[in-house]
Amino acid sequence: MAILLNKESRVIIQGITGHQGSFHCKQMLDYGTNIIGGVSPGKGGTKIHDVSVYDSVSMVRQHQGGIDVSIIFVPASYARDAALEAIYNQVSMIVLITEHIPLKDAVIIMNAAQKKGTAVLGPNTYGIVSSGLSKVGIMPGQYFQPGPVGVVSRSGTLSYEIVGNLYKNGLGTSTVVGLGGDRITGLTFPEILGSFQKDNDTRAIVLIGEIGGTAEEDAAEYIKGHITKPVVAYLAGKSAPPGKRMGHAGAIIEKGMGTFEAKVKALKNAGVFVASVPSQVPLIIRNELGGL
Amino acid sequence: MKLFEYQGKEIFKESGVEVPRGNVARSSDEVFEIAKKIGESVLKIQVLAGKRGKAGGIQFASSPEEAKNIAKDLFSNNYLGFSVEYLLVEEKLSIEKEYYTAITYDYKMKSPVILVSAQGGIDIEEVPEEFIIKKYLEPDTRLEPYQGREIAIQTGIKGKQINTFSSMLVKLVDIFIDKDAELVEVNPLVLSKERFIAADSKIIIDDDALFRQKTLPINDEKNEIERKCHEIGLSYVQLDGDIAIMANGAGITMATLDLIKEYGGSPNNFLDAGGGANEEQTKKALELLLSTNPKGIFINIFGGITRTDDVARAFLKVREELEIKIPVVIRLIGTNQEKALELLRNAGIEAYSDMELAAKTIVQKVRGA
Repeated sequence: MAILLNKESRVIIQGITGHQGSFHCKQMLDYGTNIIGGVSPGKGGTKIHDVSVYDSVSMVRQHQGGIDVSIIFVPASYARDAALEAIYNQVSMIVLITEHIPLKDAVIIMNAAQKKGTAVLGPNTYGIVSSGLSKVGIMPGQYFQPGPVGVVSRSGTLSYEIVGNLYKNGLGTSTVVGLGGDRITGLTFPEILGSFQKDNDTRAIVLIGEIGGTAEEDAAEYIKGHITKPVVAYLAGKSAPPGKRMGHAGAIIEKGMGTFEAKVKALKNAGVFVASVPSQVPLIIRNELGGL
Repeated sequence: MKLFEYQGKEIFKESGVEVPRGNVARSSDEVFEIAKKIGESVLKIQVLAGKRGKAGGIQFASSPEEAKNIAKDLFSNNYLGFSVEYLLVEEKLSIEKEYYTAITYDYKMKSPVILVSAQGGIDIEEVPEEFIIKKYLEPDTRLEPYQGREIAIQTGIKGKQINTFSSMLVKLVDIFIDKDAELVEVNPLVLSKERFIAADSKIIIDDDALFRQKTLPINDEKNEIERKCHEIGLSYVQLDGDIAIMANGAGITMATLDLIKEYGGSPNNFLDAGGGANEEQTKKALELLLSTNPKGIFINIFGGITRTDDVARAFLKVREELEIKIPVVIRLIGTNQEKALELLRNAGIEAYSDMELAAKTIVQKVRGA
C-alpha cells in the first residue's frame, strides 16, 4: 500500500513554469505520477508537458476537483504565500522543495497547516516517492524500485546513496520520505515511523539522520513504545566539529544537544541497529529480514 | 548573522529599550573622550563571540586616563580568536538585580518562545530549568502587555516595575519579529534605580531573511575562501585536515567527511556543491580547493539534479589549466554517469562508483605520498 502517497494521489505543481518546476514535472510524469494541474499566477491557460497551468490553486480545484498533494517549487521569498494558498484550498499534503525559507515564515506555514490538518514535508525536502506508484519530489527515479523497506530521512543525496545501496543489494523500497533539512519542518520521524509500522508493504525501516536538533532522539523515544519492525539507522556528522554549521540549517551542534554520540546512544537504547558506514545498511536489513 | 553588541544596542535604543549611556570607540583617544563624559566606565570588546568577560575582554576604569590605558591594551590583543576593532565604552551601572531575557525559536514546538529568569548574569546555562519561565508566542502575533505583566509577576517582579518590565518585553518581542531575528537575548538585564537597563545585547538575524532586512548592517564572519564559495552559491567550511573534499548535498558531504576519518584520513574542508552545480561552478570550486594547498582531493558526486558529466568536464578543464601534482580520487554515480566515466577514461582517469572504496583509496594515496 505504501504510505502518504499512492498511484491515485492527485498532485499539482505550484511554480510549474519555472526552470525546476517544469523539469521535474516531466520527471514525475515519466515516473507515473498523477499530475492534475500546475499553478503559475499570470500564466493560466498555458500547458507544460501537456499539464494544464492555472492562475491559482482554487482554479485547479474548480476545473479538476480535489487535490491530494501539492509540490511547491517557488522561490523562498514567495514560498509562504504559495504554501498558505495550498493549505487554505484543502490540499491534504504539501511538499515544500524550496530551501532558505525564513524561520518566521516556516512557523506561520506550520501553524496554518496544523489548524487545517494539512501534512507538510519540508521545507528543504527532496520529496516523497512510493516506489513504482508515484513520485512527488526531485529524486532520481531509477533507484526507487518497489520492495519491503521504508526509508525516512532529513537529507537528499545521502538518502539516494543509501537507497542506491539497497537497490544494488536487491532490496527495493515501499515509500521513501524526506522530512527536510531545515530547523523547522512539518512531519517528523515519529509520524512517519508510525505510518510504516501500520503499512503492510513495509517490513523494515531505514532512518537516515544527521547531527543537530533532537529529531533522532525523539524518534528513538517513539520507537521504544511503538515500533516492532526492525529499524536500521545511519547518521551523518560523526566527524563534524562542534559549533560549525555544515550547509544544512539542521546540521549544527549546539549546547551539547544533538551530538552524534547522544543520538547513537538513544537509538541503540531503543533497539535500533546503527550502521557505521552506508554500505552496512543493506547487510543489516538482509540479516533482519532473513529468508528474503 | 550575528550583530555586535553595540549594533544590537542601537536597535534597542531606536525601539525604546533602555541601554547604559555610552558610545562605541575605534581608538584609545576616542575611548578617552567618551569616558570623560560618563565618568566611571566599563570597556567591552566588540567581537562576535560569547564569554568575553571570562576572556578578559570586559574591564572597568575609574578615570578617563585609566580607560585610555586599558583601551590600548584591549585594542592590541586577540580575544577568542578575534582582533578588536571596536570598544564599547559605557557607564558603570549600580546593580540591584540581574535578570535574563531572551526570545528565540523552539524548533521542536515550531514556535517562538520567550525565556525569562530572575537568575541572570554569567553562567545562565547552569541555572536549573525550573527557574526559567517559558512562554510560547502565537505565530504572527506580538506580545500583549498583559502577557508581559503575567511573566513579570511570575518572575517575582513587584509594584510599578511590573509595568516597566512588561513594556520592555513587548518591545523586545517587536524587535524579534520586525528584524527577523532567531535570537534576541539580554543578559544581564539590570535592575538599576528602579529602571530596567539592557546591559548586554545578543542578536542573531535569520540568514534566510536577510533579503528583506535591508537596513541592517552586514557582518561577515566568513573567511576569504568561505566567502568566495558563498559567492558562487556553494557552502564551504574550513576544517584542519589535508584531504580536500567536494560532494553534493549537506548529508552526503558530512557522510564523506565521516568516511575519510573512519579510514584514518583527515578532511581539509566541507564543500557542499549542492544539487545542480553546473560546470562553471564546479570548476571554480575546484580551483578554490586547490588554493588551500591540500595533499589530496576527493570528489564524491551522486548525480540527481547534478549532471556527472558536467563535473567530469569541469575537472578536466581545471587539470588542463593548472598543474595538479597531488592525488585525486573521483567517485561519480547517477545522471549521465556513462558519459562522465568515458570522458575521464579518455583522459586516463579511472573513476570509482563505490563511495567507500573511493574514500579508502584517497586516504591510502595521501598517506603513501
